[in-house]
Amino acid sequence: MAQYTTHDFDVLVIGAGGAGLRAAIESAALGAKTAVVMKSLLGKAHTVMAEGGAAAALRNADDRDSWETHFRDTMKGGKQLNFFRMAELHAKEAPDRIRELEEWGAVFDRTPNGLINQRNFGGHTYPRLAHVGDRTGLEMIRTLQDKLVHMAAEIFMETTVTHLFKTSDKICGCLTYSRVTGEFHLFRAKAIVLATGGGGKAFAITSNSWEYSGDGQALAWRAGAELMDMEFIQFHPTGMVWPLSVRGTLVTEGVRGEGGVLLNKDGRRFMFDYIPEAFKNDVAATEKEAEQWVAEVAAGKLATVRRPPELLTRDVVARSIRAEVQAGRGSPHGGAFLDIATRRTAADIQRKLPSMYHQFKQLANVDITKEPMEVGPTCHYMMGGVKVQAENGMSTVSGLFAAGEVAAGLHGANRLGGNSLSDLLVFGRRAGWGAAEYAKTASAPSVNEAEVAKAIEENLASLSRKGGENPYAVHKDLQDMMQDNVGIVRTEDELKQALGALDELEKRVDNVSVEGARAYNPGWNLAMDLRSLIVISRAVTLAALERRESRGGHSRIDFPSYDKKYSKVNHVLYNQNGQMALRADALPEVSPELKPFVEEA
Amino acid sequence: MAYPVPGTREPFLATRRLDAWWLAPLAMGISFIVFIIYATWSALHPMGDDPVTYHVQTNYVSPFFSPDLSKFIPGFTWSPALLILWIPAGFRLTCYYGRKAYYRSLTFSPSACAVGKGQREYKGERALPWILNNLHRYFLYIITALVIFHWIHFFDAFRFDGHFGMRLGTLVVAADTIFLTLYVTSCHSLRHLVGGKIDCYSCAAAGMARHHAWKGVSILNDKHNLYFWLSLFTVGFADLYIRMISSGCWQDVRFF
Amino acid sequence: MPRTVKMKVFRGEKGEGAIHDYNVHIDDGMVVLDVIHRIQATQAPDLACRWNCKAGKCGSCSAEVNGKPSLMCMTRMDSLDLEKPITVEPLMTFPHVRDLVTDVSWNYTVNKRIKPFKPKAKEADGTHRMFQYEVDRVQEFRKCIECYLCQTVCHVLRNHGKHEEFAGPRFMIRTASLEMHPLDVEDRVPFIKEEGGIGFCNITKCCTEVCPEHIHITDNGIIPMKERVADRYYDPIKMLFRVLTGK
Repeated sequence: MAQYTTHDFDVLVIGAGGAGLRAAIESAALGAKTAVVMKSLLGKAHTVMAEGGAAAALRNADDRDSWETHFRDTMKGGKQLNFFRMAELHAKEAPDRIRELEEWGAVFDRTPNGLINQRNFGGHTYPRLAHVGDRTGLEMIRTLQDKLVHMAAEIFMETTVTHLFKTSDKICGCLTYSRVTGEFHLFRAKAIVLATGGGGKAFAITSNSWEYSGDGQALAWRAGAELMDMEFIQFHPTGMVWPLSVRGTLVTEGVRGEGGVLLNKDGRRFMFDYIPEAFKNDVAATEKEAEQWVAEVAAGKLATVRRPPELLTRDVVARSIRAEVQAGRGSPHGGAFLDIATRRTAADIQRKLPSMYHQFKQLANVDITKEPMEVGPTCHYMMGGVKVQAENGMSTVSGLFAAGEVAAGLHGANRLGGNSLSDLLVFGRRAGWGAAEYAKTASAPSVNEAEVAKAIEENLASLSRKGGENPYAVHKDLQDMMQDNVGIVRTEDELKQALGALDELEKRVDNVSVEGARAYNPGWNLAMDLRSLIVISRAVTLAALERRESRGGHSRIDFPSYDKKYSKVNHVLYNQNGQMALRADALPEVSPELKPFVEEA
Repeated sequence: MAYPVPGTREPFLATRRLDAWWLAPLAMGISFIVFIIYATWSALHPMGDDPVTYHVQTNYVSPFFSPDLSKFIPGFTWSPALLILWIPAGFRLTCYYGRKAYYRSLTFSPSACAVGKGQREYKGERALPWILNNLHRYFLYIITALVIFHWIHFFDAFRFDGHFGMRLGTLVVAADTIFLTLYVTSCHSLRHLVGGKIDCYSCAAAGMARHHAWKGVSILNDKHNLYFWLSLFTVGFADLYIRMISSGCWQDVRFF
Repeated sequence: MPRTVKMKVFRGEKGEGAIHDYNVHIDDGMVVLDVIHRIQATQAPDLACRWNCKAGKCGSCSAEVNGKPSLMCMTRMDSLDLEKPITVEPLMTFPHVRDLVTDVSWNYTVNKRIKPFKPKAKEADGTHRMFQYEVDRVQEFRKCIECYLCQTVCHVLRNHGKHEEFAGPRFMIRTASLEMHPLDVEDRVPFIKEEGGIGFCNITKCCTEVCPEHIHITDNGIIPMKERVADRYYDPIKMLFRVLTGK
């Protein structure tokens, strides 16, 4: 007989990054009995690693900015595949969400007249990112965490969700296990908010940690919710490439925002060779113009000329670096050089980019005030995820909500840097509100005990199995396979191979066996995470195969340019009797008053 | 093997550290003991014609014996050093850096980071005697007067038989004066007093000036430990040098 | 240079266990956490350790490497003497859970006792104004990644187990970050003296020595708070003045 402890809540939030914490704060403030469960300790989620800033048209650093311009930039960066309503709400509400953080104790960097300062970032027309040096995410998560702990919400740390349950097509709860004790906990909840982030651990070179196994997307899909835009994965152009052990660790876009330039091994500033037609008018045409922009920005003035091409959107920069490496012009360890040392003074670099300075000094023995860094693309963010309603974050399953990276729609085919931190706040709050409102009218949930027992049995299978495979080995093979076949550039053949390989890997996942007991056993925990990784890997591969064009975070060598046929469709993945099926949905028509800000793509 | 649980009294000086963690506390401890022995002996042995200071052929005044307060106490026949040395002793004893140095090197509380302390009760600075360290600011007020005397003697050290001059002793006195001044002006209590206590400089009266003052002391404060030791060595050496010159054991070096 | 090293890793549950030896092949540029991961992947899949960002930003992978509280992800193998075995043990200041994992929940309960941020009213134009020069000091404390290395190394907690009476360096600077916040109007001086037990701190600076964020915990945080406590509780003239003026 399976043993577990039962808890009852109105709203259960899964994940304690920015979106989860913001959702829980809102839900608790509205009087719903709220709990948050998280895989790690409180305050350690991926939000903590975010560096550059949170985008919001506060108009503190440049009063030419407006929510309309932010909306336009977001849509343009997303190659017009964004859900326009989400982009609209995001652009309109982000400034209030940032100011609210200040009211809760956040200490952002200041403008000379004492307001929240904003910095430039790729794809944003004006300086728009509220920031704290290069540790904005830490400031945000700490502020939210300290706000939440003084509210009536319960916090369950190191607790992983493995199964969602429904009764009569409505969400009614989930099964979790405590990493510390290995014991199972059943949470009955009227509404569940997924805020689990992405699934970068499906790839070998990634800036994501062990937590990012795509749990939210996989749980939602299994529960019958629809996933969308899964083919779009952001490979951040600048990850560390050496030493091998830190390959993939993020180098903030802030380096380029502060004037850093990308060079190939011949010292050529190659980004000028890769400016896409659609962005021709947005970036500097000459090095001289780019230099002037950096000089103006560094002096704290409003830029009067166009920005350097290093600040093109992330998809463009990542592909350009890869192209240089392919052409044999890469750096010694297979990346490009990112140079800030010759652009800014050592004191400026240490003040503006302190954690980058320490990261390179300590991990790579490189002094970035004296030498260039070596960087290359790293899997960073999933634009796709659970399909949700813009207003309240509800998925296609009643009572199941999603916010943040796990949700799709805001970023379209490519996310702008800085838009994710503001996404967490805007849609975290909306999902928390949506869930609390929904819970008001929902009936007390009951969970079928037989389903719980079956779920527990599934979870324990790898512990009792003898002679199966090592989960670490299976995970490594999955990561290598996805990196090779579904990585930064894709082809029809490789994607088809990947689908076959995934069938094989799924069988292997079902046959892993782990040593030891249940208490704090990372091998056992990984065995369960692998099931989620398989689901999202398949979703990414299926959607990528179906999109026979290149757009944003999805690049096909065999179809290298935009195709009108795909310019107005999102790929939706749904659960058809346990099999993953795909359909193409037409994008919602942009409302007439927003039409002027949308360009054809 | 049972793993240590929180609050476990690791045996005294037990550690798993492999580096030379004992070096710094040992060096500090030796320095303190040598200084205390010398200073006590010196304070009890005033010398020269004038039992108070040792001007024999120069205007040098030992920092251990100035100002001479015994003049104001009729019948005081002990060494005048005893009337003033409690001031720098008290300042150093209650000094935020000095505390670290002697807690580590003399009271072994702890000797170094992640090094065992053995079985003992600990009340820290919540109980006597160490609670008195909270009075550091009062020693700061008093030692400021002493610093002024050091500066007077600094200028005296340029006068030889009524003429302006400079000898090695001048530099010795100058080093003592400068490092004592740096040590006192880099004090944590001063840093608090001049502006550290303010939260909102833009709302406080004279906020900008106090912010600048705080910033200035903060820059000095960063090297408070260095000034602590330099000042300790130079004050001791100044006394020794002047004693040696006065007794004729050493010859002062004349520059002009 | 790639080579094989001997790792001595504490393994066990709830304080009971032993040092286990592992011979591990290491490559250039590896950090201690990489080696632990390699042991996990190839020799001991159930070896428990916490980690997240692997870049010194989240503060999860704290452990005692060769007796020194450190972040495993920021301790390069080539900074250690590889001729000798490398010892990796859990933090000894918190209850042991399993292998390299300890129960740090005490820290969260202390944090909860600190009164939350309470801002003064907004200005007429609806903004809060504060200037970079006055937030620099608070921002330094807010760099804290909550790795709890300072808590671990502090002898008041580590050797004397005063978890009930002393909040530890992490929460001294957390309180300082709120107290020195230009907008905050709450008073936490009584808290830091009584419940926080700031008097237990004898400013021996081990917290500052181990801080991976290089926060001047003692000089910029704890000592200024000690001065504020002295203003209120240990300055006879100030106290007399307050009694006489009723302020």
